[in-house]
Amino acid sequence: MLRWIVRRDLILAWRRRADVFSTVFFFVIVVSLFPLGIGPEAQLLKSIAPGVVWVAALLASMLSLGRLFANDYQDGTLEQLLLTPQPLYLIVLGKIFAQWLVAEIPLVLIAPLLGVQFDLSKETLLVLFVTLLIGTPVLSLIGSVGAALTLGLRGSGVLISILVLPLYIPVLIFGAGAVDASIMGSSTESDLYLLGAVTVLSLTFAPWATSAALRISLE
Amino acid sequence: MKSIEEKAMLEVTNLGCVRGDRRLFKGVNFSLTPGTFLQLQGPNGSGKTSLLRIICRLLAQAEGEIHWQGANICSLGEEYFTAVTYLGHRNGVKDEFSALENLRVSNGLNGIEINENRARDVLGRMGLGGRESLPARLLSEGQRRRIALARLLVCNTSVWLLDEVLTSLDKVAIALIRSLIEEHLSNGGIAIVATHQELELAAISVQRLELAT
Repeated sequence: MLRWIVRRDLILAWRRRADVFSTVFFFVIVVSLFPLGIGPEAQLLKSIAPGVVWVAALLASMLSLGRLFANDYQDGTLEQLLLTPQPLYLIVLGKIFAQWLVAEIPLVLIAPLLGVQFDLSKETLLVLFVTLLIGTPVLSLIGSVGAALTLGLRGSGVLISILVLPLYIPVLIFGAGAVDASIMGSSTESDLYLLGAVTVLSLTFAPWATSAALRISLE
Repeated sequence: MKSIEEKAMLEVTNLGCVRGDRRLFKGVNFSLTPGTFLQLQGPNGSGKTSLLRIICRLLAQAEGEIHWQGANICSLGEEYFTAVTYLGHRNGVKDEFSALENLRVSNGLNGIEINENRARDVLGRMGLGGRESLPARLLSEGQRRRIALARLLVCNTSVWLLDEVLTSLDKVAIALIRSLIEEHLSNGGIAIVATHQELELAAISVQRLELAT
């Protein structure tokens, strides 16, 4: 059944692909604005690169979170999803996975390319790619809790940011930290392990919290 | 000796509902045996939708209990939903999907996989023949409602909870729904319908529940 929900959301995303492109475009623009604004000082650019790319990824994922449940809520398919004979946990997990594939994976793939603007070495670009790959599931997972809690509220976009961005801080610290360490030439292992731990932790609890929040929002 | 047919399948005892700080209803009791049709009536805002949503567990009741085949529905897990189909105000039809995709996806999620020919048959019976592949956003409100109702032909559940499903349907479609419900009842199903229109069913056992404000 997980297959049905993932396939459904992927087809829907494909039919609304303008939404996907706008997220990626936003990410590219935000990251590119910094080198243009700061100027060609290689050392300075290098030192701000991890933070810039990671913050841009957090903000870009905000754009797509609002749509995670809102469309399904409006046309009534969300309440039908709650009435299927499957654990809501699995349905939520399927939706989050589809959202990650559609909204986060493009960012992960394009980030090394953008890293070149900051004069990052090949090894550092690889670390950047890996941290985003491990860390972006957290953005979708924690974000889904915020999306479910603010469902059906007016101005929910701003509210999601206020709720969710503070919870992204650990991912930001460990993600950017690993890239930083790679630039300094020191070991990235500890940061990567901690990032992985955050991912596993949110994978365990977020779908459960999202399910509970959805039930409350739909009452 | 009481036959199994006469045993109540769905039993509602002393049900009450509070929305915000307003009490919608209290002390609602009914018990439905297989083949029973229950028509919910009452003015706007009297709690018809809330009652239906409580029965399908989308909403928590303020007090009272609901038993399905002797078991409290709160203690039943997801398997309760293999017995219940709810159609509400919102159709649950995706605008980006065609009628065919809508039907197949919603059934797939309910664990019933149907092939394309079967889906075409069902949609043809709902009067959507020739429009199965158009995106639902191009269809009229009544046609989208028909896509939602097509699920009833495939769903295989015993309890149908229908909330104002007749709105924006034409006479032909209403007659079709009537015959669908009659068929469902004669197979031993239960239908609870909130409607302002008279359905004039040829059902053996018809109950009415009037909710007052």
